[in-house]
Amino acid sequence: MSAVEADVVIVGGGLVGCAAALRLRERGASVAVVEKNQLGAAASGVNFGGVRRNGRKLAELGIAARALGIWKRLPELVGSDCEYAITGNIKVARSEEHMVQIAAHAEAQAGYGVEVEMLSRNALLDRYPWLGPSAIGAAFCPSDGQANPRLVGPAFARAARAAGAELFELDGAAHVERDGNGFVVETESGRTLRGGALINSAGAWGGRLSARFGEPVEIWPMEPQMVVTEPAPYFMEPVLAVVGGDVYARQIPRGNVIFGGRSGTADLDVGFGKVHAEESLTTLARTIDIIPCVADLAVIRFWSGVEGCTPDHLPVLCPSRTTPGLVHAFGFSGHGFCLGPASGAVAAELALDGRTETPIEGLDLSRFDTAEQPAST
Amino acid sequence: MSERAPAVLIVGAGPAGTRAAETLVAHGVRPVVVDEGLRSGGQIYRQPPEGFSRPASALYGFEARKAEAVHAALAAVRESIDYRPGTLVWNVEGGVAQTLGPEGVGRIAFDSLILATGAMDRVIPFPGWTLPGAFTMGGAQVALKAQGCAIGEPVVFMGTGPLLYLVAYQYAHAGARVAAILDTSSAADALPVLPGLLWGGRTFAKGLWYMTWPRTAGIPVRRGIVPVAAEGEGALEAVRYRDRRGREHRVACTGLGIGYGVKSEVQLAELAGCEMAFDPLAQQWLPEADGDGRARDGAVYLAGDGAGVAGADAAELRGRLAALAWLADHGIAVDRGERARLRAKLRRIMRFRDALERALPVPFHLARALPDETVICRCEVITAGEIRQGRALDPAELNRAKAYTRVGMGRCQGRVCGPAAAQILADARGCDVAEVGRLRGQAPVKPLGIRAGALAAVEDNSRAASI
Repeated sequence: MSAVEADVVIVGGGLVGCAAALRLRERGASVAVVEKNQLGAAASGVNFGGVRRNGRKLAELGIAARALGIWKRLPELVGSDCEYAITGNIKVARSEEHMVQIAAHAEAQAGYGVEVEMLSRNALLDRYPWLGPSAIGAAFCPSDGQANPRLVGPAFARAARAAGAELFELDGAAHVERDGNGFVVETESGRTLRGGALINSAGAWGGRLSARFGEPVEIWPMEPQMVVTEPAPYFMEPVLAVVGGDVYARQIPRGNVIFGGRSGTADLDVGFGKVHAEESLTTLARTIDIIPCVADLAVIRFWSGVEGCTPDHLPVLCPSRTTPGLVHAFGFSGHGFCLGPASGAVAAELALDGRTETPIEGLDLSRFDTAEQPAST
Repeated sequence: MSERAPAVLIVGAGPAGTRAAETLVAHGVRPVVVDEGLRSGGQIYRQPPEGFSRPASALYGFEARKAEAVHAALAAVRESIDYRPGTLVWNVEGGVAQTLGPEGVGRIAFDSLILATGAMDRVIPFPGWTLPGAFTMGGAQVALKAQGCAIGEPVVFMGTGPLLYLVAYQYAHAGARVAAILDTSSAADALPVLPGLLWGGRTFAKGLWYMTWPRTAGIPVRRGIVPVAAEGEGALEAVRYRDRRGREHRVACTGLGIGYGVKSEVQLAELAGCEMAFDPLAQQWLPEADGDGRARDGAVYLAGDGAGVAGADAAELRGRLAALAWLADHGIAVDRGERARLRAKLRRIMRFRDALERALPVPFHLARALPDETVICRCEVITAGEIRQGRALDPAELNRAKAYTRVGMGRCQGRVCGPAAAQILADARGCDVAEVGRLRGQAPVKPLGIRAGALAAVEDNSRAASI
């Protein structure tokens, strides 16, 4: 096999990698993507499917705002809406203390242009009579929504391929190194790719790749456990989350309720997420407290996937500090689905221009620096 | 070293599970036996609920004595095993079986697992197969055996395999009017494998009897047919088929039993970590095991139709062999002569089964030719056309097609539609069906009530995810 030459080589063909590839093609750069699994099938394909700014950490709101614009343009960008729907999102408080927390967060978010409506217990129950007595109030964000995670990554992959990107799946990067002014990637099947720049969008495996360039990041490979019920009459429009994160739920128009809340710990060498039914039994109990009517439904399916969680639960999205031309975009910590399309675009811009208009302060590696442990050794 | 006796869990109390339990008990081992049925016997020797009075001869015909013997064998060891009827094993994970039974969700820790999970109907959809009144052959048989009910009147049986004629006989014998037997196989299929069929001996003779019996009873038998559609306004009124010369016919009926033999129930074997391999004859991925049913040394043993369909007689032998293998592997002396005799008997049956499968070939190709509008996945209402269009997204294998189209994503988790979906996807991709893989088995293998599951939750806050 002769070497594949591209302006940018991307390691990790999830939503971030594929969105980066599409953005690079829009900018006229040549790009090649290697993915160890199927394209868009790891964290991008098996997450909960929430697309939200409600309750999101402030450092991510700049990317989230850009992402929202992309989500609304999916049909034009990738030929499908991927079942994206603006349904709103309620973040429910189960204690007065939680209520104070979400009110404070709502106020802070307002400074980023995120409009959130605070709902008292009465207002909440009037609007959503299916909520259980443990819900005492909520923050409602009408611009939030949901999408089908199984469709989005592959849709970006197809669009990128149609735009001229080269994508290789089921062929992971076995060896990656700096080579002259660029990078060389050798894959498990023996393929060689050379690129002027390299994007590390390797998800939960991104920490391993960054460590190769002297920038280790401690990643907890988590396996969020999802539950799907049989279809029930449609009753639940917004996505639901709770303070504490131990329950999140949504219903799709065909009737299935999808929920989760617990995670197992994945084995990065196994490569796919395992179902831990015991964790989900706990989620069933927690969910009944918030949405009592689901008690009468049956679970038809569990699913899981591997997601990479950083120590502060924020993604790493920045140029490398050790290696010119290397861009990190990984560790989305279980909430990267919404951010994915914009994070890919940002990574593309960092690879081509070394900078981006999108605010990404606080997502670089300096945040992990300690006095005892300088990062660039 | 612990002195505790190893815990053996047998899943299933049909012919295989029963004989496995009996064999273990005979060697002083007390297994746990979990069975979905309220009474033992499995699907083939299903017993009616307590208090029903149809005699065994009416329920099981020629097989009455075998059925009674299997029921009696379980009854005889009833006090020597930990028997849990009415209990579903919905997951196997790390040496624990998770169950759903009369007392809710439970957990059974085991050292070894003997899976005798049996088989279920193999379904090849065709237009109208989801109409009320159209049943799988197994469903038709359950209605009769468990409840003494017919699925309609008049009733038509369509498909292929030995069960086609057996169930028709059972219905007619119980007093139902059978309007026709429509067989997709033809006599020509049997000729090349006649020598193999002779290995069947008495079984073969009985099979021939069942196949010729309808003629004497005045029931039309049509062979080499192609199903066209089941039709009716809101419920079944007739079935249409083409004869071997291509002429179309219509038979009025309110009940239709459709059967193409059975397929192995393999989800638990897969969850228990068995290697899976494609079986070209059954066109199914089956857990790998040696001739005695050893799948994972010392840990997982397979017996009966769940490890590849071979019928009830073979299931009894395979149940015994799996138990003997377990005993031998755990240092308990077993009768070598008996094992050799069981293996020899099993070999004869397997030769016959192989010939039988070829004599009454399953028309897998019918799925490939189905019209676009035919519903394949009835849980999610996904049509053949949608699976073919999903091809535009280029799913290389079945799980990817499931992700794109939702085929196999509903209540049955692809147990019903998976094989047909695989054929359609392979056809659309122009490849062999083995190349599109299989829908991965995942918990829960059957739907799990949320209230029951929640009650069994063990509170442990250490792993709450922060999303």
